[in-house]
Formats: sequence, C-alpha cells, structure tokens
Amino acid sequence: MKLRTIGALMRKEVLQVFRDPPTLVQVLAIPLIQLVVLANAATFDTGATRLLVRDDDRTPASAAMVAELVGSGEFTVVGTAVAPAHIEAVLRRREAAAVLQIPAGFAAAVARGEPTAVQLQINAEEGAVAGLIQQAALAIVERQAGAPSTLEVRQQGWFNPTRRYKDWMVPGILVSLTTIIGLLLTAQSITREKELGTLEQLNVTPVTKGEFITAKLLPFWGIAMGIFTVGLIVSKVVFAIPTVGAVPIVFLAAMVYLSVALGIGLWISTVTQTQQQAMFVAFFVLLIFLLMSGLFTPLEAMPDWAQAVAHANPVMHFVGLMRAVLVRGAGLAEVGPTIVGLGIAGAAVLGLAVMQTRKTLE
Amino acid sequence: MSAFRGLVRKETLHLLRDRQTLAILFLLPVVSVLLFGFAVRTDVRAIPIVVVDVAPDAATRALIARFAQSEQFQLHGTLRSEATLDALFQAGTVRQAIVLPTETDRRLVRGERVVVGLITDASDPNTGRVMEGYAGALLRRWHAERAGVAPSGGVSLLTRMRFNPTLESVNLFVPGLIALILTIVAAMMTAISITREKERGTMELLLVSPLRPSAVVLGKVAPYVVLGMANMLTVLLAARGVFGVPMRGHPLVLLGASLLYVIASLGLGILISTKAETERTAIMAALAGLLLPTLMLSGFIFPLEAMPRPLWAISHLIPARWFLTIVRGVMVKGAGLADLWRELAILAAMSVALLGIGIRRLAIRLP
Amino acid sequence: MTTPAIETTNLTRRFGDFVAVDAITLSVARGEVFGFLGANGAGKTTAIRMLIGLLAPSDGEATVAGANVRTDPATVRRRIGYMSQRFSLYDDLTVRENVELYGTIYGLSRAEIRSRMTELLERIQLTASRDTLVRQLPLGWKQQLALMVALLHRPEVVFLDEPTGGVDPITRRRFWELIYATAAEGTTVLVTTHYLDEAEYCDRLSIMVDGRIAAMGTPAEVRAQVGVSTLDEVFLTLTRAVAAP
Repeated sequence: MKLRTIGALMRKEVLQVFRDPPTLVQVLAIPLIQLVVLANAATFDTGATRLLVRDDDRTPASAAMVAELVGSGEFTVVGTAVAPAHIEAVLRRREAAAVLQIPAGFAAAVARGEPTAVQLQINAEEGAVAGLIQQAALAIVERQAGAPSTLEVRQQGWFNPTRRYKDWMVPGILVSLTTIIGLLLTAQSITREKELGTLEQLNVTPVTKGEFITAKLLPFWGIAMGIFTVGLIVSKVVFAIPTVGAVPIVFLAAMVYLSVALGIGLWISTVTQTQQQAMFVAFFVLLIFLLMSGLFTPLEAMPDWAQAVAHANPVMHFVGLMRAVLVRGAGLAEVGPTIVGLGIAGAAVLGLAVMQTRKTLE
Repeated sequence: MSAFRGLVRKETLHLLRDRQTLAILFLLPVVSVLLFGFAVRTDVRAIPIVVVDVAPDAATRALIARFAQSEQFQLHGTLRSEATLDALFQAGTVRQAIVLPTETDRRLVRGERVVVGLITDASDPNTGRVMEGYAGALLRRWHAERAGVAPSGGVSLLTRMRFNPTLESVNLFVPGLIALILTIVAAMMTAISITREKERGTMELLLVSPLRPSAVVLGKVAPYVVLGMANMLTVLLAARGVFGVPMRGHPLVLLGASLLYVIASLGLGILISTKAETERTAIMAALAGLLLPTLMLSGFIFPLEAMPRPLWAISHLIPARWFLTIVRGVMVKGAGLADLWRELAILAAMSVALLGIGIRRLAIRLP
Repeated sequence: MTTPAIETTNLTRRFGDFVAVDAITLSVARGEVFGFLGANGAGKTTAIRMLIGLLAPSDGEATVAGANVRTDPATVRRRIGYMSQRFSLYDDLTVRENVELYGTIYGLSRAEIRSRMTELLERIQLTASRDTLVRQLPLGWKQQLALMVALLHRPEVVFLDEPTGGVDPITRRRFWELIYATAAEGTTVLVTTHYLDEAEYCDRLSIMVDGRIAAMGTPAEVRAQVGVSTLDEVFLTLTRAVAAP
C-alpha cells in the first residue's frame, strides 16, 4: 500500500466527481430534498379523522358523544345521516375515513345503566392509520362514557413526551439518505471504469488491489460524511431533532458504518459488468436493507425469523444506534458493541471487495 | 413496418441477453412481495415489557401472569425497584414498564383507588400510542376481574375495520409495490437504455435509418411495456398465491390502469434521457425524479392526508399517486369505474401528455 | 549476452473450445520494433493481453522484460508500458492530471514527473494544451498522448495495440517517428496493426492467422518465405491458404 499512489488515485476520483456538474448537483441535492420531503411526509399522523355520523338516537346524550369526539381535536364531522347502503360507498370513495353509528335507544340505555354500544366503521385500507383511529376513539369513548373506576393508569411517555414524530423519523431518514447516495455512487464507480476502458489501463500498472479499493473508498467516504454532517446540522436547525446523547458518538459510528455501506457498494461494483447491472443490484440491496431496518415500520412487528435476519443488516444497526443516542441518550456503554460489530463488518466487506477485484480478465 | 419490428427485436434481444439484469428484474418483485408480506409489518407485537413490583401479592402475580401469557407482550421480568429502568430503556431492552403500588390486592378487594404507573418508550410516537393502548386494555381487564366490575361502564365501542379487517399490511403495500416496480422497469430502464445508446453513439445510427424518429423511440420502449406488465402480474400472483391478497374489483380495470401507468412511466423515462448526457446522470435523475417521489409522495407507505399542504399539492403531479388510489380501490375495496373514473381520466391524460412530450423532445434533440 | 525482451514458448490461450492463440513461440530482442500483424480476430489482442499480464495463459510460458508473466506479473507490469486499442486515459481530467496520475502510480518522483512531462509533451507539441481536458483534444493527439503516457516511466518494453486505428495518414507518420525515437532510446516496441504499409517500418514482424504464427522475420525475409514481392501479397496468400481448404 503506497500512500502516494492512493493519494494520486483519490485526487483523480475527486476531480472526476467535481468536474461533472450534473452528478455533483445530484449528490448534493438528492439527500437534501429527501431529508426535507421525507421528514415532512413520513408520518402516519393524518390529523383529525374525517368522520361521518349516523345518529339514529338524536338525543342530547348522543350529541354529547359526538361533541366529545370532535372536542378532542382528533375527529372532525364531514357529514351526517347516511343511508346504510351508502356507508360502504362513502368509505370506498374516501369521502370519509370512518363512519360513526349511534343506535336508537342509546340515551335510554345509558340512563338505565344498561350496556350499549356505538359502532365505528373505519376504512382499514391503510392499516396503520386505521389502528391509530381506533385507539383514539376507544380512549375518548371510554373516558366519556366509562363508569367511574378505581383503577387509575398514569401514563408517561419517555424520551419523546411531546410525541413528535419527526424526532423519531429524522435521524433514521438521515441514515437512509446517506446510505442511498453512498452505495449508488460506489456501486457505479468501478463498473463505469470497466465500461469506459480506463480500468484496463490501470490494470497493467503496478497499482495493487488494496490501493485501488482504498482510493475508491476514501473520496466517497468523505463525500458521504460531508452529506451526513450537513444533514445532521439541517436536522438540528430546521427540524429541531433532539440530541440527548453525545454527538461525537454518532460521528464515530457514522464513520465506521459508512465503511460498511460503501464497502458493499464497491463489492457490487467489482462483481458487475455494466453500470446498469450495478445500479439494479445496488437498488435491490438498498430496498431490502431499508425495508428491514426498522426505519419505516417497527422492528418488533417483524416475525422472529425476520428479526434474526435483520441482524445482518448494517442499516438496521445504525438506524437503531442513531435513535438510541440522539433520542434516548444512550452512551458508549450501550452502543459500543454495535460500533465494534459494524467495524468488523466493514473490514470483512472491504476485504471481500479487494478479493473480488480482478487485475486480469476472465 | 418490418423495420420497426426489427428494432423491437433488437431491444428485446438486449434485454434477454443481459441475464443478470433480467434475473434481478424478476427476482426483485418476488422478493419484495415476500418481504412486505412476511417481514415488513406495521402491527406491533411481542413488546418487551418489565413489571416493577415492590410488594408482590396475589393480584400482582395475576397481572404478571397475564402479561406473560399475552402474545402482544414479551415479559422481560419483574423488578423490585425502578432503579435500573433508565438503563433498560436506554439500551432498548424494554419498551414498556408497569409500576405497581404496594398492597395492590388489599386495595382492590376493598374497592380502594389503585394507581398504576405505565411508562412507555414514546420515541416512536405511533408505536408508543399502540403500546399504551394494549397495556391499558390489559390493565383494565385485570382490574375488572380482580375488583369485580365491568371493564368500562355502560357504553362500549364496536369497531369494524372495513375492507381489511385483519389490518394486513401486505394489502396496503402490494399496490404500492406494483407502482414501484413498474416505475423501475418502465421509467428507469428506458431512461438508462436510451442514454446508454446516446453515450455510445448507437442512437445516431438508428436515427439515420429510414424510420421516423418517433418510431425509433417507440420501438425502443415497446419491449419494456411487455416486461413491465409481466412483472406486475408476477407481483400480483405472488401476493395472491402466498398471502391471499384480495381482488375485489374487476381485474380489467387494474390491467387498464397499469397500462396507462406504464405509458406515463415510459414518457418520464424518455424525458429524463433527453436531458441526461451520461448513464450516471440518468440513473441519479431517475432516482431523484422518479423513485423517491414514487416512494415518498404517492401514499405508498405514508398516508397522503398526513402530508403538509405543499407536499400534498405536489403529490397531485405524481402519476403514482393516482395509480395507487386506483389499484387499492380495485383490489382492496372492490371499486369500479363509477368510483374511479376521475383518477383513471387523470392518469390517462398524464400518460398521453408525458409520452407525447417525451417522444417529441427526444426526436427533436437527437438528429 | 542480454536476454531477449520478450520470449514465448508455445504460448496458448483457449476460451472454452475455441483456441484464440495456438502455441506461439517467438523471441523479440531488446530495442527491436516488432510488428504483430493479422486480420481481425486472428488473436493479436489476446496474445498481447497474455504478455502484459491481463489474461492468464492456458498453456506455455512467456517472459517479458526478464520476468515470467505467469509467476511474476507484478514485476512485468512495472517494467512495461501499454496502450490499448480503445483510448483509455481519463477524458474528464486534463493532460497534466493524467500524466501526474500515471507518473505517481509508476512511482516517479515529482521532479521526475515534471521533467518527463515537459520532455514528452514537447515531443508531441502538446505543451500549450497541458491544462486542456483530454476530452477536448482531437483523436490524433489523444492517441499520441496515450503513447507518451505509456512511455512515461521509461518501460523496458512497450505494447501498442493498434495505436494508429482511426487516425489520419499524417498523424500515422508522426506516430511511427515517435515509435522509432522510442526504439532508439533502447525501448523494445511490440506493435499490432492491420495496415500493411506500416509493417514495412518494423525491424521484424510476425503474421498471425487463426491463432498461429504463419510467418515471421524481417519484412524482406517474410516476402522471401512466401515467395511474393509485397507484404500485401504475403498477407493475402497466407489468409487464403487457411481459408481455402
């Protein structure tokens, strides 16, 4: 490993990226757009649920029930009195997200202390949203109509008492955007030289595989760290994400993590022949990594086998680490093993990329 | 027309010869369906919970047993004090904790007030809310049993989950997946393959042929229509075969909408190729301009209604948004032409406009 | 007595059932300009790729610049220069940046790179364009630059794979002047071409037909071997002899 050779190859790589304005713009713009858009779009919080009310009771008691739902701010009434046959059509056309039916005799039953029920039909097309609507309605109905109970449950939401969804999502989004751009850039980098013919020229020089891979890794690693840093600043300044734990830990982990992510990109680049192939393989890997990272859907929701498989997913570990440190304030004692594990994975993947590099043709 | 056929044949051969890409194109849909169906779920289960029980008695033991038996929870153990709770939560070992008072059983039997602490890791607010709901319900059932009263007074709420009673995430994701895969195949592949021919100079060769430029472009993209539709059917069959995803509406509406969407995607792919000079640029532009919006702004994972106004407005310009509404409507809700004519009309207008503009631009720019 | 610059014994390369290079044996002396002729697909490029260590031989041995290509390709790479059929410098780097990159890769010091660059760019009259992107140079100059980059580290042997493909006759002439100048400095030159007039410029040449060496020697010797008066006729006779039966 000659440092001068690596330096010269790195200089070439950096010059190439910075001389290609479209690529440069995309490298800088895609992550930022993704951060801003996803941070705002990635939420299940649909605001007030659009509710259609069919009140067959028409009493002060039934009106009070509706008023309670609306008063909570979680529901808004978009219409009333629908014939039973139309309920389904209303839901199908998304004219309302849920339909509340209060049966005749509701007030009378309540007055007599008899059990009675109101019915809520929810458009469950989007399961997660439907679940949240159900939870909200249950809490309100029970609070309003429940008999005084001797049980008092004092709820405390730790780490995110204001329940801001951005606090949870933005650190994860930052990981995803850094990963996407870094992996795609590295996956293309070697195949591009294969296609252009410049790799053949390099292959007849004394450059070693190790020097070659190191020089391919470091510039993109620098770019990805730069994107990560800018992203973290934007997340803090624009989205006011919490930084409960030590930010240096996050940086240390990012440095180690990126060696894994970019190592995978380089490995893809060594085993594919064209940029098109490299891009598809990279995209495939990204899709699996991101979907199974716990970024968009809770890890706990995955079956046990999938959770076990997910342990091989570096994105899952880094997303978890970011959230643990930034949101929950975890320290080195908690996340140290993860960083070490990522380091081992990085060394393994880069070793694989070096081994797969061919200085000869097949 | 035989020159046109020759062109289509050439493009088809390109596709078939690149085995690696072809394998990925067919593997991608199947693997993603399996992933979405089996692994990527939104229902919360096996919540790691710990019970802080300073003074165990019959009532607290009964509660602990309930948590231990529940499928929704995974009892991580019982503690005698709250001292180690912080560390457990920070490390993510537990997500929820129940803090029980002293003399629980005696208080319950006497009908006295029982205050139970419910600590939830709310760093993910949605999961937090769901976990609170589950634990609250379990606590109320336990309380009712021990104290001998009805769980919640006289009024109960009956919920009916329409169209998707078991809240299967796969029902939600499969339509999105179809859109995603059609975008990859139709838009990304065409953008890349046309740019590639431009970069290599082979496009010029085609354009000096006696064919009209628009015919050249159409011949190039035609095989991708077939490939895209084949991929869509793969996804549908896999989803139906493995997960029993419903098909309540008419399949023809779905096929028609898919064709429109493929055409719109081809148009977008061609448009990108008119701007991109190198393959790298085309790939990045397709990623930023097509894939990410399809993932983020179409309602694929996150509901449209939850978006802030400006993004919600932008989402109207994204073909995938309309396509998704149609696919979900047909498959999950049994919607027909009467419900979806507006979305279909918008999608049709978009596809005609995009393909038209794409071909015109490319034909003008190339010769 | 010095060892030959290139020496092969029964060098063979098979791709599946197809024998691209069939047991060629040749020896090139130091300082020689050796021509490698043959129709497209005759196996010239495959043979060169084995000699520069890009392709492992299926059979036989080859020694280049004193090192065995099979057992010591790293030493071979240090001692040779190569210019491929396809232009393969970086288009999006300037002339100077390309030269600096390859100079550093071959372990030249900064001062050496600077003096070599001045010398080589002057030789091809490209000094004024040293900060131009390679992409913007005309093809003829690009090719000459590629040759200069291949010579940057004063290799013992330089391999030129169809260096004059697609350039105009005047540039081709320039090219051969450069090749002679290189040989005069003691560098061995192995050059492939399918221009028969160029073959006359070589000290010695070999004609490959279907992976075998059909004739080898000085241009005069080759003409005498086949019994015709021009290399054109040599070539036609040899290729027809194989195609006919």
